[in-house]
Amino acid sequence: MIEELLQSSPGWANFGIFFLLGAVLLLIVLGFVTYGILAERKVMGYMQLRHGPNQVGGKWGLLQTVADVLKLLLKEDIIPKAADRPLFIIAPVIAFAPSFMVLATMPFTDKFQFADIGVGLLYYIAVSGLTTFGMLLGGWASNNKYALLGGMRAAAQMISYEIPLVMSVLGVILLTGSLNLNEIVAKQEHGWFILLQPIGFIVFFIASIAELNRTPFDLPESENELVAGYHVEYSGFRWAFFMLAEYVYLFAMSALITVVFLGGWLPPLAILGFIPGAVWFALKFSVVVFVYIWLRSTFPRFRADRLMEFGWKVLLPVALANIFLTALIKSLFF
Amino acid sequence: MIRTEEMILNVGPQHPSTHGVFRLVVKIDGEVITEAKPVIGYLHRGTEKLAEDLQYTQIIPYTDRMDYLSSMTNNYVICHAVETMMGIEVPERADFLRVIAMELNRVASHLVAWGTYILDLGATSPFIYAFRDREMIINMLNELSGARLTFNYMRVGGVKWDAPEGWIEKVRDFVPYMREQLQGYHNLVSGNEIFLDRVKGIGTYTREDAINYSLSGPNLRCTGVKWDLRKNEPYSIYNRFDFDVPVAESGDAFARYHLRLSEIEESLKILEQAVEQFPAEGQILAKVPKIIKAPKGEAYVRIESPRGEIGCYIASDGKKEPYRLKFRRPSFYNLQILPKLLKGENIANMIAILGAIDIVLGEVDG
Repeated sequence: MIEELLQSSPGWANFGIFFLLGAVLLLIVLGFVTYGILAERKVMGYMQLRHGPNQVGGKWGLLQTVADVLKLLLKEDIIPKAADRPLFIIAPVIAFAPSFMVLATMPFTDKFQFADIGVGLLYYIAVSGLTTFGMLLGGWASNNKYALLGGMRAAAQMISYEIPLVMSVLGVILLTGSLNLNEIVAKQEHGWFILLQPIGFIVFFIASIAELNRTPFDLPESENELVAGYHVEYSGFRWAFFMLAEYVYLFAMSALITVVFLGGWLPPLAILGFIPGAVWFALKFSVVVFVYIWLRSTFPRFRADRLMEFGWKVLLPVALANIFLTALIKSLFF
Repeated sequence: MIRTEEMILNVGPQHPSTHGVFRLVVKIDGEVITEAKPVIGYLHRGTEKLAEDLQYTQIIPYTDRMDYLSSMTNNYVICHAVETMMGIEVPERADFLRVIAMELNRVASHLVAWGTYILDLGATSPFIYAFRDREMIINMLNELSGARLTFNYMRVGGVKWDAPEGWIEKVRDFVPYMREQLQGYHNLVSGNEIFLDRVKGIGTYTREDAINYSLSGPNLRCTGVKWDLRKNEPYSIYNRFDFDVPVAESGDAFARYHLRLSEIEESLKILEQAVEQFPAEGQILAKVPKIIKAPKGEAYVRIESPRGEIGCYIASDGKKEPYRLKFRRPSFYNLQILPKLLKGENIANMIAILGAIDIVLGEVDG
C-alpha cells in the first residue's frame, strides 16, 4: 500500500494518509514509552527488593506513567532569566524529533514499515546523532555550569561512541552487501548475525548503551556528580521531551538490535513459522529492553575520561579487527 | 583564537552526593579541579555550648544527633567520660549490652557507608541491599532502646533498658546471616571492573599525611597504621574479645572501601563472642546518685567510632552541669585532608574521594 502511495502523484489525499500513519506510529511509540517506563520501574523494583509503582491504576500501577505525564503537563513552565531563550525552547525539540524520525525506516514486520529506503542503517545512525545537538544546546542555553558540563560530556561521548557503533555494524554490512534493513533481516534466514558476528554484536551493544546514555554510560546526566546534567534547568514538559527522547531511543535502539542482529521478525526455527512475525519481533525486542534495564540496575557508572579511553582504545580497535576478520572470512569461504 | 577560562562551581549545600548539607567551592578547568574549598557549618547546632547548661544525663540525646549513623558510640563516649571522672564501676551485664549495641551500630554505620558510596558511583541496587540489612539492625536496636536512630540508650553507670526476652538470640542469628550477605556484597561490587577502575589509586595519601592531618578510623588504617582504640587502649570490655584490626597499605579509596567491609566482619566476630559470654543475670545500672555531679577537675576519654577516634573532654567545677564540654568529632578531622586530595582530580573523582572519607555532616558541624 505504501509503495502505491509513494508512486502516486503528490496531493492532499496521500499527505493526509501519511500524516495519519505517522500519528499512528507516534501513538504506538508513546504507548511503548508509557509502558516501557512502567516496565523499567517494575523490573528495577523487583531487582531492588521494592514493589515499584503499585497505587495508580490498580495493583500493577498501570496508570502511573499516565499520571506522571499529566502532572508534567500541568507543571509551571520555568525558563531561567539568564537562559538563552530561543535555544532553551528549541533544544528539547531538537533532541526529540530525530528519535522519532529514525523509526520511519524500522521494519517491524515484513509489511509494517514506513520507508523502505536503500540506506536504512546509515539513515538511522546519521539521524540519531542529531539528538546530541539538542542535549548540547540545552546544556549551553540553560546558562548553568552543571548543565554545561553535562552537555559537553554528551557531545564528547557521542563522538567517541558513534564511531565504534558504525564500525561494528560494518561486518554485518559486509556479509549482507546492503544497508537496507529489510535485506539485512532477509539474510538472517539461516542464522542470526549475533551468531555470525559475535564480536560485532558485543561492540555494538556496548556502544549502543553509551548512545542511549544509560548506566553505566549515563555520564551526561550523572545525578551524583552533575545533579541532572544537561537538563538540570528544565522542568515540566520540556524536561519530559528530553526523557521522551531517551525512551524513544531505547525503543528504536532495541528495535535496531532486533533487526540487525536478532533476525527481526523471523522465527528462530523455520517450523515455528506459523507464529506471526510481529510476535517474534515483540519477543526479541522485549528481551533486548530487559537486558538494558538489567544492566542499569547492576553497574556503577564509568568515569568520564575512562569512558573516552575505553571507546577509542578498546572498542574501536576491536571493531576494526572485526571488519578485517569478516572481510577475510568472506573472501576465503563465500 | 581559543580562550579557556577557569570556572567556579558551587557543589552543594544541596547536592545529591555531599552526604548532607556540605558545600564545596571548586575551581575547575574543564572538568579538572584546580582548587577546592570546603564550606561547613550548615548543620551547626552548638552542641558543646548547649551542653554547658545541661545536666549530664540531658547531654546524652544531644550526642545522638552528632554522628547520627552511630549514636551508640557517641552515647558511650559521654557516659564513659563522666564515669571516668566519678570513678563509677559499670556492671558487667551493662557493659555487654553496651558493646553489643555499639558493635551492631558499627555494622549499621558501615553498611550505610558502603551503600551510599556505591550509590555515589552510580550503581543504585547495592544501596538498597545494604539498607535491607541495616534495617534488621535498626529494628533490633529499636527493640532495645525504643528509637530507630537517636537511641539515647546509655546512661552514666550503665544502660537505660535491659535486653527484651529473646533479643540476644536475635543478635546471635543475625551474625551468620550478615556474614552470608557480606559475601554477597563482595560478589556484587568488590570485583566489578568498572568499580575498581573508579576507586583504585584514587584519593591516595601517605602514612605521614594521614598522621599529620590527624585522620583516624579506616581513613588512617588504609595507609598501614594499625591503630584501633579498641585494641590499643581497650575500654569497656573489649580486651575480652578476640578480633583483628584490618589494615591496608595502598591508602586509596579502594583500601578504605575494603577496610569498612572487613571491619564489619571483625564486628561480627565481637558480636558472636559477646553473645556467647553474655551474663544471664545482673544489674544494668550501677549505683549512681540521683543528680550526677562530676567532681572538680577534667577528663579526656577517646574511643573508636565507626568513623574514627571520637573523644570527649569534660572540665567540671563540681556542679551538675559541665563547665566546658568538647567533642573530638572524627568526621571533622577526617574532612580536613579533602582540599589536598581534590587538587588535580576531575569531578567524577571528587565524588569518589569525598564518599570514601565517609563523613557525617551532623558530626562535622557539631
